[in-house]
Amino acid sequence: MIYFDNSATTKPLDSVLDTYRTVATDFFGNPSSLHNLGDQARAVVDQSRAQIAQLIHAQPEEIYFTSGGTEGDNWIIKGTAMAKRQFGKHLITTQIEHPAVRNSMLQLEKLGFDVTYLPVDSRGFVSVDAVRNAIRPDTILVSVMAVNNEVGSIQPIDAIGDLLEDYPTIHYHVDAVQSVGKGVLDKVRHPRIDFLTFSGHKFHAPRGTGFIFAKSGRMIDPLMAGGGQERDWRSGTENTPGIAAMAKALRVCLADEETNVAREQAIRTEIANYVNQQDDVTLFSQLDDGYAPHILTFAIAGVRGETIVHAFEHEGIFMSTTSACSSRSGAESSTLKAMRVPDALATSAIRISLDEENTMAEAQAFERAFDKVHAEFQKLAPAK
Amino acid sequence: MEYSEIMVRYGELSTKGKNRRAFIGRLQGNIVKALHQYVDQLTIRPKRDRLHIELNGTDAEPIMDVLSHVFGIQTFSPSIKVDKDDLDHVKQVALELVNATVPAGSTFKVQTKRADKQFPLDTYGMDREMGDFLTDARPDLQVQMKRPDATLRVEVRVDGIYLSTETIQGAGGLPVGTAGHATMMLSGGIDSPVAAYLALKRGVDIEMVHFFSPPYTSENALNKAKQLTAKLTPYVGRINFIQVPFTHIQEEIKAKVPEGYLMTIQRRLMLRLTEAISEQRGDLAIFNGESVGQVASQTLSSMAAINDVTTMPIVRPVATMDKTEIIAQAENIDTYELSIMPFEDCCTIFAPPSPKTQPKMDKARYYETFIDVDALMKEALDGIEVTEIKVGDEYMNQQQDIIAELL
Repeated sequence: MIYFDNSATTKPLDSVLDTYRTVATDFFGNPSSLHNLGDQARAVVDQSRAQIAQLIHAQPEEIYFTSGGTEGDNWIIKGTAMAKRQFGKHLITTQIEHPAVRNSMLQLEKLGFDVTYLPVDSRGFVSVDAVRNAIRPDTILVSVMAVNNEVGSIQPIDAIGDLLEDYPTIHYHVDAVQSVGKGVLDKVRHPRIDFLTFSGHKFHAPRGTGFIFAKSGRMIDPLMAGGGQERDWRSGTENTPGIAAMAKALRVCLADEETNVAREQAIRTEIANYVNQQDDVTLFSQLDDGYAPHILTFAIAGVRGETIVHAFEHEGIFMSTTSACSSRSGAESSTLKAMRVPDALATSAIRISLDEENTMAEAQAFERAFDKVHAEFQKLAPAK
Repeated sequence: MEYSEIMVRYGELSTKGKNRRAFIGRLQGNIVKALHQYVDQLTIRPKRDRLHIELNGTDAEPIMDVLSHVFGIQTFSPSIKVDKDDLDHVKQVALELVNATVPAGSTFKVQTKRADKQFPLDTYGMDREMGDFLTDARPDLQVQMKRPDATLRVEVRVDGIYLSTETIQGAGGLPVGTAGHATMMLSGGIDSPVAAYLALKRGVDIEMVHFFSPPYTSENALNKAKQLTAKLTPYVGRINFIQVPFTHIQEEIKAKVPEGYLMTIQRRLMLRLTEAISEQRGDLAIFNGESVGQVASQTLSSMAAINDVTTMPIVRPVATMDKTEIIAQAENIDTYELSIMPFEDCCTIFAPPSPKTQPKMDKARYYETFIDVDALMKEALDGIEVTEIKVGDEYMNQQQDIIAELL
């Protein structure tokens, strides 16, 4: 099996699952309990938080645990809207955000908030000027993803950060879900960024884990009201084993980041150059360093993406039609649409997404499978 | 830089007349104890004015870290030994040392001490030779005799020339043990660890006495007191921790003594027990963390009514310090964060809502007769447990390593 769908989810590491199991068994107490079992569980949560903070160069009190990327995005966007509604009701985002952002914005629109969805260019990048022009006196939030999950374009979040230095009251949120271990941490730690969303299962932690970074001093309202966990910001009994497993996964994932990025980059370049030899292949992810090292999206003209995915599955290779979230529903990719890719071509798009365990040998196996699949489809394709 | 020895300068004991030899012996013993991990690789030579620790290739950094906690050391300097026959080589090593330790643009001077009178250059000659060479090699340095930023010390001894540029402040004070033994009443608050530190600094070898009242106080409170003790062990090597069960006494007092005097009688019993322990163990005095007027039990009236039970000297190192001064000191010795951890201790558990701030001595004596002091004390003394706490022992964070392993 060759797994090329790591932007959809990653396989949890054995060592991470060992941590999960040990913590779930030996530290099962409620971290809020006064007795010793509670203290021990609390210590696990505290130490995990400290480790995560250190790994992303933040303070422990700036880390809040969540159930994943969707919750993080919902919380920061709606929490900002609730906390700052008396200061303004305008929010800015892009047309290529993850549905967790886009649909949160749509919900806010129904409640009377005003949202600007910024376009991207044909390469998949939002422009800083567009952000500048969209800012109004009543703007309370700018939310831009770091790495686009469908084509891998790295958004100019540091330049937007520089711009927002002049607008200190606007909350600046960056969805960093696709950024972990991909060599873009420096960018997402731009000092002007107020909030970051992370999701555990994108870096080999179990599902149902995640965290946000909230710069100290920045306030959002809680979405989860209840027993006051996470310093009253996010109630709900802490997912102790998930939190510990995530802390471990993050450490492991960042340990050899540079080497991994270089290898993923090399594999991506190899595959891209190979498939691009065919006239009917269109690359949506370019090979320059404006794109993340692990995502490669391309189309084979005239064949539906879904068909290609199944054809490769037959060869033991697993990948996606652009984002996994939208592929089931059959909706065409919103990023490709925003890049003004014609619908016919957009429905042919498929996405390869790599992780640190993929190898060059797998790339070569993919190429053999590609030749086979491509030849079969050419038989079906209408003569030119 | 690879240093060949660390030169240790004694503190106040230079003035201690006849006892000098005993003081130096004690300091040497304490240094050996503190450096026990490394002592096999080192050669330690105590002299009249200094003590030399020859490193024999051991890294100087961890050794200096340990030395900075040993009382009785005024300053110490890591130095490099060079062969005195080859002056060019001496200069070259001196330049390397200066390059590694003296930042650009500093003012500096050379200071030579010549113990080897056979050495061809005299003190001034050596100063000049070294100074000329260094100012040529490092034109950014400015020579200044009064209060320079850096001083290159050149010691010409029979066995070689010793070069050093750094003088590091030691912990000061007197070698622990030179002032005798005492008990220290350790609660777990902010003040008593600071008082313990100050006792150690004056050379007093202390044993901790801690009262605990299970199940009213948790295991955490006891561990916190032990951990605080562990924080102080680097200054002395090891400290005995004596835990005294206090539950029954507190229950008896609560049941039989009028509320306003609960605290006063409790404290009298604590002091009686500490005195008994001190006598058993041959300790000469009792130290505690009382600060005048800080709380109800620390007004002068209270102190008098409590102190009434013993004639043993009670030393209160923080008696006249402000709370803010005590906190600053606690932060310096890294006990503050531990001290403010919120575990109920035996003083807070049975605290009456309004204790007497001006208790009368005769009333205190009278109310104490309501309980069977002798029997209660015997029971408590029989239940004593002594733990020897050593450098690096962990009581609060035993979990930490286990968890760190998991993450």
